[in-house]
Amino acid sequence: MRALVWIVEDTWQATVAEAAAYLPAEADVTLLHVADTEAEAVVRAARFGLLGRRPPVDAREEPLRAISEQAAGSLLADARRALGRVARCEARRGRIEREVIAAAATMDIVVLARDGDRRHLGPRSVGPATRFVVDHAPCRVLLIWPDLAPSLTTIPPPPEKPLPPG
Amino acid sequence: MSSALALALALAVLAAALGVAAMRPRHLPVSVVAVVGAALLVAVGAVGSSRAGDALRGLAPTVGFLAALLLIAEGCRREGLFEGIGSVMALGSRGSPQRLLALVFVVAVGVTALLSLDATVVLLTPVVFATAARVRTSPKPQVYACAHLANSASLLLPVSNLTNLLAFHASRLSFAHFGALMVLPTIGAVGVEWVVIRRFFATDLRRPRQRGSKPPRPAIPRFALAVLGLTLVGFALSSLLGIAPVWVAAVGAAAITMPALVSRTTSPVALARAVEPGFLLFVLGLGVIVAAASDNGLASAVRDVLPTGTSLPDLLAIAALSALLANLVNNLPATLLLIPVAVASGPGALLAMLIGVNVGPNLTYVGSLATLLWRRVLRTEHADVELGEFVRLGAITVPAALLTATVLLWLSLRV
Repeated sequence: MRALVWIVEDTWQATVAEAAAYLPAEADVTLLHVADTEAEAVVRAARFGLLGRRPPVDAREEPLRAISEQAAGSLLADARRALGRVARCEARRGRIEREVIAAAATMDIVVLARDGDRRHLGPRSVGPATRFVVDHAPCRVLLIWPDLAPSLTTIPPPPEKPLPPG
Repeated sequence: MSSALALALALAVLAAALGVAAMRPRHLPVSVVAVVGAALLVAVGAVGSSRAGDALRGLAPTVGFLAALLLIAEGCRREGLFEGIGSVMALGSRGSPQRLLALVFVVAVGVTALLSLDATVVLLTPVVFATAARVRTSPKPQVYACAHLANSASLLLPVSNLTNLLAFHASRLSFAHFGALMVLPTIGAVGVEWVVIRRFFATDLRRPRQRGSKPPRPAIPRFALAVLGLTLVGFALSSLLGIAPVWVAAVGAAAITMPALVSRTTSPVALARAVEPGFLLFVLGLGVIVAAASDNGLASAVRDVLPTGTSLPDLLAIAALSALLANLVNNLPATLLLIPVAVASGPGALLAMLIGVNVGPNLTYVGSLATLLWRRVLRTEHADVELGEFVRLGAITVPAALLTATVLLWLSLRV
């Protein structure tokens, strides 16, 4: 079984713990982190507003990419240590949800964490990028709660519908 | 030369100067087109040489002030102020993205107000990016907040934005009076950003986390902070002491630069580069070009459109029109164009204009050139980034911030 474990900065520990608990011992695990290039682009784009001042440093010279790659590398290394078994590490850059789907193309299962509202059971517990991955994954999905799941009482009562005639 | 022809020529030169500044072709310094264009306008008689001289003399103190501020910001960078701020934020956030965002707000407002939006964009934003990476949280809300506050928080003091410096010299306000009138508008604009950004990035900010390792204790550069603090006190007292604030800035710049020159931690060449002589020339050239355009009909066109009263609807209209113009041609030429018209209506109109030209750029950052520039950013980045989120955030914050800040300015003018 080829398993992809997609880790995100804030929730990585919970995702790794669940992967360690629920993936079979013989699973071929790949840990994936995707760096969002949008934040880097915003840092760079802000400079363009300074018309003529502070010429934008060449993209290759700027440390942003290096910072982001170094952070991803250390996060993946910590995740592998926490997983406690042999795993491949994969660092990607770009639009997050698309990169995860691309990495999942050759996998049997993808493990990921809910990233939205965690006070209520329901669709809002899944943020936009995670929603895209769940909806488009070309394989099985193990969607975890990064902490304890809320209780059933957090589901609103069903809408009152008139009984169908007959 | 007929004034219609002169106006057309001045506008063409303005467009060329702005285009070069925005696109930055590889082998053409930004100042060249502005300076050559200004000289051309004088040579063909589109603007008289004495009028051009007046424009230059009017701008000279502002340009000197700007050079001093750039030296202070460079000194703070050299002393490690921004790395220190990054470490303080990492430690203070205690691993919470929301607490980190609150710290980013405090720091970005402080840096923008004291060291200008340039310092926030160029020196602070990359540090915030690195801090988010260190704390292991999504950098997006933090970086967007920083980029937005560079504009929204630049209302507060004359030194917070080049546009403010230009208006400050044209107005008869003291440094302290300017700040007092702009406190409430700044709080209003920053408050709007806080509410909107927290909701907009709710998903990124609310992810549950486990405790990470504690970051090391930061080293605070006391010398840089002391110079900054004393310079601010000097600004506040300048009118009481009868000293022009530009001299306070010059003393602050000397205080932070001299020790580094003596100990050779910096060189005269590095300092010359830090004051950006090319950009200072660009501002002077732009001043002459805008004077030519104004004198040949643009000023009267602006006068016809811009309200002259200081009622709330008038101030709102001034802020909205200024924001619109700043988005069309970037806020620096917009300010040069609007100051002579707005100053005639008193400080209220002038400050409403500043709210427009300072907050407005968050709508597109660089005005109508935005899409073009974004494509350029993306090309250098080879990244697949949408303009959508950027514009959506601006579309929510800018109208609300303009409205809130202008209403609060109107109230401040009343007390």
